Amino acid sequence: MRNQYFGDYMTVAVFLLSGALLVAAAIITARIVAPRRPSRLKATPYESGIEPIGGGWNQSHIRYYVFALLFLIFDVEAVFIFPWAVSTDYFKSIGNGALVFFEMAAFVLILLLGLIYAIRKGVLRWE
Amino acid sequence: MITGWFWADVIVKVILALAAMIGMALVAIYAELKVMSHMQHRIGPYYAGGRWGWAQPFADALKFIQKEDLVPEGADSTVFRAAPYIVVAATFATFVVIPFSPSLVARDLDLGVFYLLAVSSLTTLGVLMAGWSSANKYSLMGGLRAAGQLIAYELPLALAVVAVVVQAGTMSLVGIVEAQAAPITIGGLSISLPFLLTGQIVSFVIFMVASVAELSRIPFDMPIAESELTMGYLTEYSSLRFTMFFLGEYAAMISMSAIAATLFLGGYWIPFVSETALLYFGPFILIAKISLLVFFILWIRATWPRLREDQLQDMAWRWLIPIALLNVLVIAFFKVVVF
Repeated sequence: MRNQYFGDYMTVAVFLLSGALLVAAAIITARIVAPRRPSRLKATPYESGIEPIGGGWNQSHIRYYVFALLFLIFDVEAVFIFPWAVSTDYFKSIGNGALVFFEMAAFVLILLLGLIYAIRKGVLRWE
Repeated sequence: MITGWFWADVIVKVILALAAMIGMALVAIYAELKVMSHMQHRIGPYYAGGRWGWAQPFADALKFIQKEDLVPEGADSTVFRAAPYIVVAATFATFVVIPFSPSLVARDLDLGVFYLLAVSSLTTLGVLMAGWSSANKYSLMGGLRAAGQLIAYELPLALAVVAVVVQAGTMSLVGIVEAQAAPITIGGLSISLPFLLTGQIVSFVIFMVASVAELSRIPFDMPIAESELTMGYLTEYSSLRFTMFFLGEYAAMISMSAIAATLFLGGYWIPFVSETALLYFGPFILIAKISLLVFFILWIRATWPRLREDQLQDMAWRWLIPIALLNVLVIAFFKVVVF
């Protein structure tokens, strides 16, 4: 059992590694084949052909941080909901199906209330 | 036991999966050129390779190999170089669990679809790294847009998958296919049907919309919007580094279609074909279903205009997520209380 578990995730590691190796091989090939004549002009950031104005890391308005917070809440919910989804069969077989269903329904509806609150607060309105 | 056989097995599967990923991605690139052009009353690629311009993707790759590999002056060079590795490796890792036939699957993890969601969301990290490290305004905006979009559509995607998991009672992809192959009884008639026809139609629509958004394809391609951000987070990439992002994008399209085909269309299984025949024809059945879904995604691209950024967020948070949550509850209700 433990060996199979280890083998499964070893395979995942091998896949990740060989995906990275593919990129490495491609980039090394390009290094050998492609020409290299660096110049200052080529290294300037692209701004549709004009001289870049200001740095590339200018302060910019990030509208997405609220979404990031919302995402965090719902993603944690997704983590909770997966074990529940897998175990519905088991709870049904011991005759507890309805109870487990209504528990999750309450959880989801509370979260939906949170989402409705966020929408009413105007998170999605862009001015 | 971790023995020599284990490593031989893993290496053969890695090679097969690499061939499948690159092969199907090349076909998808060519199909996109050709399908799009015929939908727009053009002929499309015509010269490369002779007939029908079949060698166009190879010609493109050869052209990219000969281009100079540039790293912009102000860029965070390490992060800039690392980004394509993460995108390609994460996309390739999704192929571990996709079953091509009852036995042809690299590893049928118990975590199955959960693992898929986890690994495929790693690409968000690569995209954000690319956008940030380029030190270019277009890239930065593109990267931020991509991050906002990918996290917003991650949720409906996951919730659509949850609905399938509830019905199948397992997260393993082979298990999900077997659940679809298991016969159900409707009015005295015993028949087996894919989940698409047995109550998962809403999940399927949500999954397809969310996966097109996750792939940043039209109508959800604001992160790379050519006409506003030139190429978004890809602006500063050139040569094979760019090609690797490109490959990753198409490979992700293939793997998303494969997941959708497995979850909703029955994967390597079709009705009225025996278990032994599936061992041999399974891969072809799955590839046919993948092609169908890829064609569908290309068709969407040729049909719809690009959404605006706030419309995109609105659609995810106001519509898709609540509908997906309610969909999970409805399916759970039918599963637990009614049947």
